[in-house]
Amino acid sequence: MAAIPAEFSSAPVLPKWVVPVLLLAFAYGVVPLIGSSYLFEAILLPFLALSLAGVGLNILTGYAGQVSLGSAAFMAAGAFAAYNFNLRVEGLPLIGSIFLAGIVAAAIGIVFGLPSLRLRGFYLAVSTLAAQFFVQWALTKFSWFSNDSASGVIDAPRLSISGFALDGAVGRYFFALTIVAVLTFLAHRLVSSQTGRNLIAVRDNETAARIIGIPVLKTKLLAFAISSFIIGVAGVIWAFAYLRTVEPAGFNLDRSFQILFIIIIGGLASIRGAFFGAALIVVFPLALSRLGGFLLGDVFDSGVLDMSQRIVLGALIILFLILEPDGLVALWDRIRRRLLLAWQTT
Amino acid sequence: MIADFDYQFFIEVLVGGLLSGVMYSLVAIGFVLIYKTSGVLNFAQGALLLFAALTFVSLVERGVPFALALVVTFAIMVAIGVAIERTVLRPLTNKPPITLFMATLGLSYIIEGAAQLIWGTQVHGLDLGIEDVPLEVGGVLISQFDIFAAVVAAGMVVLLSRFFRYTRIGLAFRAVADDQFAALAVGLRLPLIWATVWAAAGLVALVAGLLWGARLGVQFSLSLVVLKALPVLVLGGFDSILGAIVGGLLIGASEKLAEVYIGDYFGGGIESWFAYVVALVFLLIRPSGLFGQKLVERV
Repeated sequence: MAAIPAEFSSAPVLPKWVVPVLLLAFAYGVVPLIGSSYLFEAILLPFLALSLAGVGLNILTGYAGQVSLGSAAFMAAGAFAAYNFNLRVEGLPLIGSIFLAGIVAAAIGIVFGLPSLRLRGFYLAVSTLAAQFFVQWALTKFSWFSNDSASGVIDAPRLSISGFALDGAVGRYFFALTIVAVLTFLAHRLVSSQTGRNLIAVRDNETAARIIGIPVLKTKLLAFAISSFIIGVAGVIWAFAYLRTVEPAGFNLDRSFQILFIIIIGGLASIRGAFFGAALIVVFPLALSRLGGFLLGDVFDSGVLDMSQRIVLGALIILFLILEPDGLVALWDRIRRRLLLAWQTT
Repeated sequence: MIADFDYQFFIEVLVGGLLSGVMYSLVAIGFVLIYKTSGVLNFAQGALLLFAALTFVSLVERGVPFALALVVTFAIMVAIGVAIERTVLRPLTNKPPITLFMATLGLSYIIEGAAQLIWGTQVHGLDLGIEDVPLEVGGVLISQFDIFAAVVAAGMVVLLSRFFRYTRIGLAFRAVADDQFAALAVGLRLPLIWATVWAAAGLVALVAGLLWGARLGVQFSLSLVVLKALPVLVLGGFDSILGAIVGGLLIGASEKLAEVYIGDYFGGGIESWFAYVVALVFLLIRPSGLFGQKLVERV
């Protein structure tokens, strides 16, 4: 980067860490002061959980090129593992349960990633569906997982870190924000390391990657493990901080697709992309229901809303694939460059 | 142990499984058609199936005669096929297959949403006029409806494979499947061919939708039969009609047998994932499926 002479660089270059640090400062310092509880409960908490899941899936699909349709299964595995660790292991701090839950999700990810050693493309995508159906079946079938609760729906434990209770929407927001920030930072470090470059090499040309000495099989399994770890933790946030209940039904195939859509819309192989995509996916249904209610009034009941959401979402996916295959991130970068250029020339 | 084994029951389960496998094959053929000619795994096939069945039922309920409703629905499916070619496939020509797959995922959302927005979300019964009375063949009870479905499926397979083999447009399909660029270079009209293929897939969706709809009732969950067809495709190979049939039979039979004989050890309900496991285990041995082209997925 430094090699580019100043007159060629079209925008003033800030150090890379400035924007994330400012955003974090804003998220920690300003948002809790101005946010309403609706903002936290309905927007920010699902946004954080889905963003993290998007980051996880992006490592597998965006960077390593292995399409997975089973993300929700790993979210479910994480949520239920954390619940059971918390319930059954005396004195284990919450953070410990969450970490172990990530490990469990990663282990399941490796098992269901094994077919990737022989299969590619569509065959692999379909085989990841096995994870989706198997995990959901196991969680519903064996009531041990939900502590023999009659309804299968269980309350999440209270969130607390070293005796300090994180009740209320703002507390849960801090809890989720911290985990997401730490894991996103680690994911960012990972993809800019040698391992990250290995992932990209495997995605772009497996044979070439093997020739230059990248252990392809190990790299693929590593991608499954890391991705599932992150998605598993995202599942914990989804269940513990956002929904406050743990149940298998919420982690269905639609959720898996939703996470895939997040990274397509946001931008494949981009950490930022997951956040852009998740923001759109979370805000867009709310905006659509407001808009529909405003324009059409009573005609716009929840059934119609559901269907029109599906239609608009599907159309968005296709539009993005055709017009902006690199996602919202590319769009955002272009707009920013234009603005800066316009600002410089005046 | 062997002496206790109830052969008649075993055969009954097996035949029931094979016949329900035919129903899976019927859905799978729609996928194979599209995959063969454009290399796309068309996830929207289930949505098309739902749309076709829902349109047909709604027309019949509004007093349209059976045959006319069939024709109108088919015409609508053709129109949808052409529209998909125009708006989705053409702008995405020469994009990687996985991009096209995601586009069909978006497409399935649009079609599912539209189908229910237009026709409503209630469950419709569908009566094809076939009595579902079990028939006794050699001491084994077989559902009459299943036999009808099997005959229809067999008819479709014969029709389609003849079509691919002996007609000019069938030849063009195979040329496109073989090499898109070469096909364009010798002057084949790709848009026309794709539109035809999607229309054919629409026809398969209509037939499968009617049979499945008569079985389950016409409702949203009909679009989920794709999830039953996918392991069949993986097993049979995405590009083989024969594979779709054999795969369907294998999956159907093993699923039913497993449910009856080993399901109890797992606490039942294993049919949601068992087919996938069968397909996966099989693929670990033969990565290109039963009849799939070798070079496609070889590592």
